[in-house]
Amino acid sequence: MSATAERPETREGSTAELTYLEAISDGLRCEMRRDPTVLCMGEDIGAFGGAFKVTDGFVEEFGAERVLDTPLAENAIIGTAVGAAVEGLRPVCEMQFADFISCGFDQLVNVAAKLHYRQGVAAPIVVRLPSGGGFSGGPFHSQNPEAWFLQSPGLKVVAPATAADAKGLLVAAIRDPNPVCYLEHKGLYRYVRGEVPEGDYEVELGKARIAREGEELSVIAYGSAVHLALDAAEALGESIEVVDLRSLCPLDTEAVLASARKTGKVLVAHEATQSCGVGAEVAALIAAEAFEDLDAPVRRLTAADSPIPFSPPLEQAILPQLDDMKEACSELLAY
Amino acid sequence: MKPFDGAVASERARERSTDPANGSDPGRGAQAPQRTRELPLTREDRANLLRYMAMMRAAEERGITLYRQGKIPGSFYDGCGQEAISVGSAFVLGPRDRMCILHRDLGAHFVRGVTPDRYLANYMGREAGVTGGRDGNMHFGDPALGCVGMVSMLPDMALVAAGMAMAFKLRGESRVAMTYFGEGSTANGQWHEAMNFAGVHELPVVFVLENNGFAYSTPNELEFAVDPVERAATYGFPGVLVDGNDVEAVFEASRAAAERARAGAGPTLIECRTMRMHGHGAHDDMSYVPEAVREEWAQRDPIDRYSRALVGEHGFSADEVESIRAEVKAYVDECAQQALASPMPDPKTATDGVFADDVTTLGDGQAPWSHWSAAASERSAA
Repeated sequence: MSATAERPETREGSTAELTYLEAISDGLRCEMRRDPTVLCMGEDIGAFGGAFKVTDGFVEEFGAERVLDTPLAENAIIGTAVGAAVEGLRPVCEMQFADFISCGFDQLVNVAAKLHYRQGVAAPIVVRLPSGGGFSGGPFHSQNPEAWFLQSPGLKVVAPATAADAKGLLVAAIRDPNPVCYLEHKGLYRYVRGEVPEGDYEVELGKARIAREGEELSVIAYGSAVHLALDAAEALGESIEVVDLRSLCPLDTEAVLASARKTGKVLVAHEATQSCGVGAEVAALIAAEAFEDLDAPVRRLTAADSPIPFSPPLEQAILPQLDDMKEACSELLAY
Repeated sequence: MKPFDGAVASERARERSTDPANGSDPGRGAQAPQRTRELPLTREDRANLLRYMAMMRAAEERGITLYRQGKIPGSFYDGCGQEAISVGSAFVLGPRDRMCILHRDLGAHFVRGVTPDRYLANYMGREAGVTGGRDGNMHFGDPALGCVGMVSMLPDMALVAAGMAMAFKLRGESRVAMTYFGEGSTANGQWHEAMNFAGVHELPVVFVLENNGFAYSTPNELEFAVDPVERAATYGFPGVLVDGNDVEAVFEASRAAAERARAGAGPTLIECRTMRMHGHGAHDDMSYVPEAVREEWAQRDPIDRYSRALVGEHGFSADEVESIRAEVKAYVDECAQQALASPMPDPKTATDGVFADDVTTLGDGQAPWSHWSAAASERSAA
């Protein structure tokens, strides 16, 4: 590869206001500048810059070999990424939409996830997954498939909610020696913006964040649901704590239990469907470890167990909305 | 093509072939090169080719015995009759080349440097097995020897090998990745993805297809309408047909494919026609294969055939050949005792290693097997 190693210019303490989307690009660009073994692979990511423009301008800076336009073949993207990773590269794969991981699922769950356990060979790849609905994407461009990955030991799974975490978690994912599924919510791409540290910035995998302090109720969320929870808490004016999980595997069980013990009431919220989802896992954890501290049953606010429909009123009926969040919080607060 | 006439077809193909370099016949794929020139094999290389084939046969026979004794959990899978393919192909690689080896290819593991005790221990789920009991039977690859172990989903490793080759190409290294799959695998979508990806990027990868007549019980005519060796051309690289029961023919086709890959000319698909002489696994009585077909293929046994060639064409004495085979058998018996002496893994370690704490680097292996490969590795290091 022709690129030369280059240390990022880290201006201590300086930040820039970026959108969530820009922060993803920034994290990827910083890592590609820092580490010549990092390369991007995916459909239409080169000259076109990706369906959502995350890699806009990358091919000009890093060349077509490191910003590889692949054939339309998701198993090929992930399978060859595993081979390249085993041989010392750090591939970052882009699924054009998270939904399309189903076409690359075999390589992800059977080859990548199990490689270290079976053979002692690390497979440091990142799979970027533009996920989530709310824009009439329909049943094949709107899903939140994180629970699939959580049933596949060997995969780490992260889902940033803020611009700073979008950068920091991506950088950490690239540096991690394991395959990491990185869920980037499409609804947050341009909706969320915030101060993002410039240069080298990493957020440790497996650490939750208290997005809002509160005493009466904990909303444990990740991704888009964090913003629903924050908006609901503001609108209700109540002392609601919002825990942003950030990492789903490894899960920050201490942070979950600490918040549950502090408030005694827990709502677990996510945009993914309900059955056997992250909410079920978090609720089971709290039931097993913090039962005595609870003042109310643990509740979940999630998408209905349904494909995500196309038509706006149907989609809104399936995905959790702000009013649903306010109602769920109010019910628990009144319990 | 009939499922049983592989070697016959390939013999005919070789007779038709006039150009040793590619002998191309558009629409049918290139044919195996004829031996119009001396192969770069020393006397010691030839002894080793026999040694590794005999080692594979002896180790698998020992494995079947252990299975019948109840010492192997699960089932048992072997490559009886296919020894020439894994040995002949793996023999061309240097230490810095990489392999994803499949379940009929024990010979390739031995060529890379795995010893039969570690193979048998792996089958028995012992600590000394290559995976330490994490995975069973042939699902292993010794990372220290430059190998990544297979998964059951076929042909997933074709993409992993293509990815390794992509890394070589991106870094401008003169290295080769080689992998195997059966003809049944060519019906799967990932086969297409791998061939297409390797073709688009002209990757230095050698695909060795073992057409052993049956995917479990399913014959060729229910797997594909167009033979895979012909499909290679549609991906932009040559398909070469060889007699998979002729170890030097496999060697020569693999050597040419590896050199082509090293030269930056891209992938090659080598279809080795052969016959699976045992069932898919030890649980399969192979009742779907007529006895006459089995008997016919038994006459083409690659080990007996090479033994005769060594005596008839390469100046070996019958005693020499016999003593190589006997030595290997004694060695495998010794290895079996070592494997049996290995403890079972500690259940307390069952969840260790789900996640990696650090990156790993594949080793190059020792490559002690051949003068040929030593020269190849010098070239690949250059």
